[in-house]
Amino acid sequence: MKRYLLPFGLFLALASTLALGLKRVDASDPQEIPSPLIGKATPAFTLGQLDDPQKQFSPQNLRGQVWLLNVWASWCTSCRQEHALLVDFSKQGVLPIVGFNYQDEREAGRKWLNDRGNPYQLTAFDADGRVGMDLGVIGVPETFVIDKQGRVRYKVTGPITPEILKDKLLPLIKELKRA
Amino acid sequence: MTPELGNVALILALGLASILGVLPIWGAHKGDARWMALARPLAAGQFLFVVLAFGILVSAFVNNDFSVSYVAGNSNSLLPVYYRVSATWGGHEGSLLLWQLMLTGWTFAVALFSRSLPQPTVARVLGVLGLISVGFLSFTLFTSNPFERNLVVPPDGRDLNPLLQDFGMIIHPPMLYMGYVGFSVAFAFAIAALIGGHLDAAWAKWSRPWTLLAWMFLTLGILLGSFWAYYELGWGGWWFWDAVENASFMPWLVGTALIHSLSVTEKRASFKNWTVLLAILAFSLSLLGTFLVRSGVLTSVHAFASDPKRGLFILVFLLIVIGGSLVLYAWRAPKVGLGGRFALFSRESMLMLNNVFLLVTTGTVLLGTLYPLALDAFGLGKISVGPPYFESVFVPLMLPVLVLISVGPYVAWKEGSLQRAWLELRGVALVSIALAAAIAVSAKTSVGVATGLLLAAWIILGSVQHLAQRLKAGAGRTPFVQRWRAVPRAFFGMVVAHVGIGVFVLGVTLVKGLDHAQDASMKEGDTVSAGGYAFQFKSLEKHKGPNYIAGRATFEVSRGGQHVVTLYPEKRFYVVQRVPMTEAAIDRGLTRDLYVSMGEATPDGAWGVRVQVKPFMGWVWTGCLVMALGGLLAATDRRYRQRAAQPVPSKPHHTAPLRPSQALS
Amino acid sequence: MLDKGFGWRTQGKGAWPLAWCLALALMLTLMSISVPVRSQTTADLDEHVNRLTSELRCLVCQNQTIADSQAALAVQLKNEVRQQLAHGATDAQVRDFMVQRYGDFVLYRPPVNSATWLLWAGPALLLALGATLAGLHWRERRTAFRDQPDSILTDEA
Repeated sequence: MKRYLLPFGLFLALASTLALGLKRVDASDPQEIPSPLIGKATPAFTLGQLDDPQKQFSPQNLRGQVWLLNVWASWCTSCRQEHALLVDFSKQGVLPIVGFNYQDEREAGRKWLNDRGNPYQLTAFDADGRVGMDLGVIGVPETFVIDKQGRVRYKVTGPITPEILKDKLLPLIKELKRA
Repeated sequence: MTPELGNVALILALGLASILGVLPIWGAHKGDARWMALARPLAAGQFLFVVLAFGILVSAFVNNDFSVSYVAGNSNSLLPVYYRVSATWGGHEGSLLLWQLMLTGWTFAVALFSRSLPQPTVARVLGVLGLISVGFLSFTLFTSNPFERNLVVPPDGRDLNPLLQDFGMIIHPPMLYMGYVGFSVAFAFAIAALIGGHLDAAWAKWSRPWTLLAWMFLTLGILLGSFWAYYELGWGGWWFWDAVENASFMPWLVGTALIHSLSVTEKRASFKNWTVLLAILAFSLSLLGTFLVRSGVLTSVHAFASDPKRGLFILVFLLIVIGGSLVLYAWRAPKVGLGGRFALFSRESMLMLNNVFLLVTTGTVLLGTLYPLALDAFGLGKISVGPPYFESVFVPLMLPVLVLISVGPYVAWKEGSLQRAWLELRGVALVSIALAAAIAVSAKTSVGVATGLLLAAWIILGSVQHLAQRLKAGAGRTPFVQRWRAVPRAFFGMVVAHVGIGVFVLGVTLVKGLDHAQDASMKEGDTVSAGGYAFQFKSLEKHKGPNYIAGRATFEVSRGGQHVVTLYPEKRFYVVQRVPMTEAAIDRGLTRDLYVSMGEATPDGAWGVRVQVKPFMGWVWTGCLVMALGGLLAATDRRYRQRAAQPVPSKPHHTAPLRPSQALS
Repeated sequence: MLDKGFGWRTQGKGAWPLAWCLALALMLTLMSISVPVRSQTTADLDEHVNRLTSELRCLVCQNQTIADSQAALAVQLKNEVRQQLAHGATDAQVRDFMVQRYGDFVLYRPPVNSATWLLWAGPALLLALGATLAGLHWRERRTAFRDQPDSILTDEA
């Protein structure tokens, strides 16, 4: 009576799904939320800059270039981890890095950059986090890779590690520059 | 030194369990009485060693032995001693040992209370339980040993998660595990029956009390978890369809189907295949729950932080146990044969419908729980499946079951009369509709609430009427006391459990339909109102606890100008783990709960406060307690306790060993 | 009049009381359905915000709604929802706003699309499967050649 094998069959289907799920956990963090902006245009915004509120910045300004948008804050402890790496990376002059100071105090932000080095071509200042919301920022630090047409191509949640830089970011940046 | 002994005890237990898993079953197959006789002492032995190991772990906690890394990870010298004891099961390794303790405990209980069972059955049941024990002990010893030592002894521990520093946490896991693990007994009986070929009414009679007790414990365990979440997590919720909550709810649903199916098998020697399958499924879902919680595939506030390697071990274990038992089922079930026939409208068909709906509901909960995992695994994106989904699918599926509760008892076995059932239930139906409509109109509730009220009344009145009818039989001839005594306890169990469900449905309907919540940013002196009550924030003081510092607020609650109660919600900061915690203040009442919890403080000195008025919240808990009581009454029915007095037949007369071509009736 | 338990002894006349009761109940129930009126009072707005945000997921919490969470991002999003609703946005517009920024993950009620059709159709499919199997099973018993001896016939629970 084949019908009696049905429970077993269903169980095998279930077990395979669980096994796949396990492999996924091994590969990546189940808590990570993928960004819905990937492949879409960077949400338009205009913000004053950190060092001079009269000067404005908009993603439009960097059309035609591949660039990084790095979200940070002076109150964020994980940001310190990646900052040294960013400073070094910026010295290589591979591509422009724009800072995005998220929900911070202007003085505290400026001081942070003074103390730890400034890898950014410029830094946009989002005091209340409203623009951050449009970018889907959930925590700090986060980094966006934006292509020449102004589309978001990749998002790093959490600090950039040397591995992420080498394995994920650099190859992508090279590819985007060629396009 | 002593933690090493704990390790040794576990190894010895594993050894005994291995023998238990092999020899008695082989002995039953061969008819070797000596090997079968080994089962009981082996069960006792493995239990003894696990108790020893558990005791050693508890004493390591009590004595602040931070050389044991599990102790260092979950305790602290500032932790009060009663929490140090409960910290034993606060993390993955220790809770696994608790599982093990329960498993060997139930095995030992079966060994003790099975004098009237034939020896081959006892041997097989204990043997299967031993095999499960082997799996868990191996898992513990090879991947999650609680007795691992730190090479460098830290000066102090990392403290128990503040969420777990609570009375509810002391008692919730043991109750829950008693339930989860208890279904292993029904499972073992089912497997033993499939192996041995004796699948009959007698088998159902032996299984049923164990299953009822496991069901009762699981009901209590789930109740406690929900009750604890309500006051501990601080936002007034008590059921979130969280993956881990679902993991405990699914075995409960199948367990409910199982106890009903067992009663059919016990009384009519029918539904045998259903019952065996349900017994396998109930325990399989317990095991699946273990996997979900400890493998890291699901994120949840309840899940243990665990790694995928452990997940792989459990998955393989699942494949062997569940896969193996389902293959055994597929092989043996066709030979068990069908039970007798019954009409489309009969007690059997009502109970079959009950089985179907409960299983479909379980499948639905499983689908919703695993769907995000599956989508993510196939790279199809990340979604969330939460309470809105579960409520919209669960409620419609459960409505027929709730209606059936009052219908079933009025339908005769084999062939029932629809007309007769309607005649008997007509009154209950009308009164229920009238009551529900009256309340719905006067309280201006929604249709959903009206339906809930209707069902609650239907269930409670139907059950009470059923009992009243039963007691009336023979009125005038026999005195009431005698009639009361003549009703079997299991009958009371059924009525009580069903009434419990009715009370639960009533509570849920009212609390979900009529609750009021208000969020406000409050400074001292401010008042906020909700549900007819006024909550005034009087003051805030600093307070120091054993391992935390707290801001304790004083709230005066009044209604219509009259003072009702003073509540003291707290915002605590646990110094070791540096974690903030909300300690809600609750005033529980017969008709409502008042709930105040503090959120975050804003820079201007105001606090985010949430006040809630939850009508009839207490009835939700009471309903579950009454359900559990019903289970207990049914489990302790005289006919189960009289087993010892009956002589054991060497060959039960109305069963026969399976012969391939013969269908058992 | 009271016969068995709560039932009424009726013959012939029985149908009328029943019909009246049902009609009354139906009327009362219909009256109790309150038609929601769009009101601009703060209490109503609060309730609307609560209703909507309790179906949205807090992205920085383990498993909590935006309505319940006290996390900074959750509070910020709750205020955003409140502002939008106060300016007349519909529920769908607010949800779209959230999904655009945070993905489908933010919805506790999953959308119905090609990836989730099995989730939404699943319960009905399971029910159909269960009913079919049970029905077939029942029919098999009916045509089974052996009949069950009525040796065990008890009304005990």
